Amino acid sequence: MKMKLATVALSALMAAGPAMADLVFPSLSYRTGPYAAGGIPFADGYADYFTLLNERDGGIGGVPAKVIECETGYNTEKGVECYESTKGEGALVYQPLSTGITYQLIPKVTADGIPMHTMGYGRTSAKNGKVFSHVFNYPANYWDGASGAINYLLEENGGDLSGKKIALVYHNSAYGKEPIRTLEELSKKHGYELITLPVDHPGQEQKSQWLQIRRDKPDYVLMWGWGVMNQVAIQEAANIRFPMENFIGIWWSGSENDVLPAGDGANGYKALTFHNVGSDYPLYDDLKKYVLDAGKAAGAGDQVGTVLYNRGLYAAMLAAEAAKKAQEISGKADITAADMRDGMEALEMTEEKMAELGLPNFGPIFTVTCENHGGDALVGVTQWDAASKTWTLISDFKPTDGEVIGALIEEDSGAYAAENNIEPRCN
Amino acid sequence: MFYREAGDFKVSYRDDSQTFPIKFDRYRYYAVLVVAFGIIPFIINDYWANALLLPFLIYAIAAIGLNILVGYCGQVSLGTGGFMAVGAYACYKLMTAFPEVSMFIHVILAGGITALVGVLFGLPSLRIKGFYLAVATLAAQFFLVWLFNRVPWFYNYSASGQINAPERDVFGIIITGPNAPAWATYLFCLIFLTASAIIARNLTRGTTGRTWMAIRDMDIAAEIIGVNPLKAKMSAFAVSSFFIGISGALFFALYLGAVEVGEAFGIQKSFLVLFMVIIGGLGSIFGSFAGAAFLVLLPVVLKVFGADWMGWPTDIVAHLQLVIVGALIIMFLILEPHGLAQLWRVAKEKLRLWPFPY
Repeated sequence: MKMKLATVALSALMAAGPAMADLVFPSLSYRTGPYAAGGIPFADGYADYFTLLNERDGGIGGVPAKVIECETGYNTEKGVECYESTKGEGALVYQPLSTGITYQLIPKVTADGIPMHTMGYGRTSAKNGKVFSHVFNYPANYWDGASGAINYLLEENGGDLSGKKIALVYHNSAYGKEPIRTLEELSKKHGYELITLPVDHPGQEQKSQWLQIRRDKPDYVLMWGWGVMNQVAIQEAANIRFPMENFIGIWWSGSENDVLPAGDGANGYKALTFHNVGSDYPLYDDLKKYVLDAGKAAGAGDQVGTVLYNRGLYAAMLAAEAAKKAQEISGKADITAADMRDGMEALEMTEEKMAELGLPNFGPIFTVTCENHGGDALVGVTQWDAASKTWTLISDFKPTDGEVIGALIEEDSGAYAAENNIEPRCN
Repeated sequence: MFYREAGDFKVSYRDDSQTFPIKFDRYRYYAVLVVAFGIIPFIINDYWANALLLPFLIYAIAAIGLNILVGYCGQVSLGTGGFMAVGAYACYKLMTAFPEVSMFIHVILAGGITALVGVLFGLPSLRIKGFYLAVATLAAQFFLVWLFNRVPWFYNYSASGQINAPERDVFGIIITGPNAPAWATYLFCLIFLTASAIIARNLTRGTTGRTWMAIRDMDIAAEIIGVNPLKAKMSAFAVSSFFIGISGALFFALYLGAVEVGEAFGIQKSFLVLFMVIIGGLGSIFGSFAGAAFLVLLPVVLKVFGADWMGWPTDIVAHLQLVIVGALIIMFLILEPHGLAQLWRVAKEKLRLWPFPY
C-alpha cells in the first residue's frame, strides 16, 4: 500500500512537473444541468482551438497550451471551487461563461492578479479599464447588445420607434437584468414603451409571461435567455403565433440548440451576434485535419460549426492572440498571468490578422486600450432559416449608441470604484 | 478498550450531566478544538478554505439551526433558503450602511433580524401542522426570494440586482472581500460555528429544549402538562432562524462575496440543508456536523478523485457525482434511518465493549 501511495505521489509530481511550463487556460465549463445546451458547444470550441494550436504549431510561441476543464454546472458555489482549484496551476486567463460567477470572480481575480475575459457577458461596466484592471469584455457587452437591437429596430422602422411596444423577456438573474437600465434610457430617447417580463431559473415555466405577451401585443420581443429557457421561449412564441421576425434574442439566445426544438415554428427568429456564423473558413480545414479527423475533438465532437462552438473557438482565438502579444511584450515564451494581462490590454485585432489565422471577416476589428477593455462594440444580427437549418448574418456589424452606454458605464463603474476604494488607473 | 468507563467516577451532578461524560470523548472534543483553532489556521490555504472548510462550517451552522426546528421541535420547514437570504441581505444592508462597525456585530444583528422574520413566518405553525406547515414555510421561501429580487432597496439599486460584499474588518483584520486571508475567514466562521453549537447544545438539554421535544413528541400531551405551545414553537422558530440567518450572512459575506438571491438561496438550498439534517440525524448536534460534512465534502472528493486524479471527462464525473451521492443517501436512509449520528452512536457502543462483546 505504501509502495502504491509513493508511486501515486511520484506520478502526480511528474505529471505536475512539466505542467508548470505549459500555458494554462482553465475552462470553467458546464456540460451538465439546465444550461448545458449552451455550455457544451462553447467548451468544445474552446478546447478544440487549443488542441489545434498544439497539434499544428506546437502550442503558442513554442509553448504547449493546456486546457484544464472544471465543471461548474453554472453554479456559483462550484465556480468558486473550480477557481480555487485551478488558480494554483498557473492559470493565465479565466473565462467563466456565467455572469453570476463573473461577479464573484471580479474582486478575486483582481486581488490574485489573474486576468478574466468575459466575452459578451459579465459586468458591462468592466469595459472601463480605469476601474477594472483585470477584467476584459471585448469585443461587445450586454448594453451594446441592447442598443444594437434597438438600432436594428430603428432601422427597420425608418428611424422612429415612438409609440411602439417592446417587451423584454429575461432570465431573472444578474445576467438578464443587465440590459434593463440601457433599454429604459433608450426608451426615453426613442419613445418606445418597455415591458419587462422576468423568467425564473431555470426557465422551463413561461406560460404566464407569454400569456401576457399575447394580451399586451408588443410589437417586438427581446430576449435575454440562456440554456433551456431559450428553447422554451421560442416554442412558446411559436405556440402563440408571435411573428418570429419580430422576436430578437441576445447572442446567448441564438444557437442551433435553441431553435431546433421548435422546428419550422422558429423560422425567421433573429439573434444578435458579435462574430460571424457558419463553418466556411480556412481554419476549419486545419481543424478537420489536425483535430477532428485525428480523433482529438473535445466532447462528442458533434457541435463543430454551430454558433456557440464558433464562439468558443473565437474566445480561445482571442486568448491565444493575447498570449502571443504577451510573449511579444515580455520577450519570453513562458508568460505569467501578469504578462497575459498586459497582452490582453495591448490586443489589437485587424482584418489581416484574422485572415492570417484562417478566420477572415469572422469578428469585428477592435483595439483594446488601458481605458477601454470592451473593444469597439460592433453588433450584427443573424436570422434562422428553419428549412436549411442555418443562421445567416442579415445585418452587418454596426456601432451602438456609445453616448448612452458610455454615460451608464461611467456611472456604474464609478459606483463600483467608490464602493471598493479603487483609484482610477491609466493616467 | 477505547471507551473505558472503569475508574471514571462522577461525584457531582454537574459532572454527571456534562456534554461529554466519558473521559475519552471529552479529550477527543478538546483535541478537535485544538486542531481546529490551533493548527488548521496555520496550514490553511485558499483552496482548503474556500472550497471545503468555509462551506462546511457555514452549512453546519445552517444545519444546527434547522435541526432545532425540525429535529428538536418537530416543525417541518422548507424555508431555510429564504431565511438564509434574509440573513445575507440584512448583513449586506448593515455592512453598507455602517461600514465602521465590526463584522461580528453585523453578523449577529443579521441573525437577530432573521429571527424576527422567522417568528413572523412561524406564526402559522400554531394552527397548522406537518405537511401543511411545510407548505406554509415553502411560501415563505418563495416570498422572500421574490421580495429580494423585486425591491431594489435591498440590493442598493445596483444595476444587476446582485449584492457584493465590500471589504470589512474585525479588529483591523480584513474579513470580507478578496483580500481577506484564508485563516481569518476560516477562524471567523469557526468561532460562530463553535458558539452556535455550544449554545444549541445547552439550549436543547435545558428547559427550552425539553419543551421543544415535548411539543415534537406529542403537542396535546405537552399542552396538558403545562408547556405553552406558543412560547415553545415561537422560541424554536426564533432560535432556528437566528442560526440560519448567521449562516446566510456568512455564506454571502465570507464565502461567496457576491450573491444573486434566486441562484444562491433558491429552493434547492432549503432542500440541501433539510437533507443535511435528515442524513446527519434529526435531533442531534453532531448529526448537523456530519450531515453538512457529508453533503459538502463528498461531491468535492468525488470531483477531485474522478476529474483530477483519474482524468475522466468532467461531465461524466458530474453525473457520477449525482448518482453516487444519491445512492449513498438512499443507502444511509435504508440502513440507518436515524442518520449518521445514530451510526456514530452505535459505533461508540460497540467500541465501548470491544474487544470483548457479550
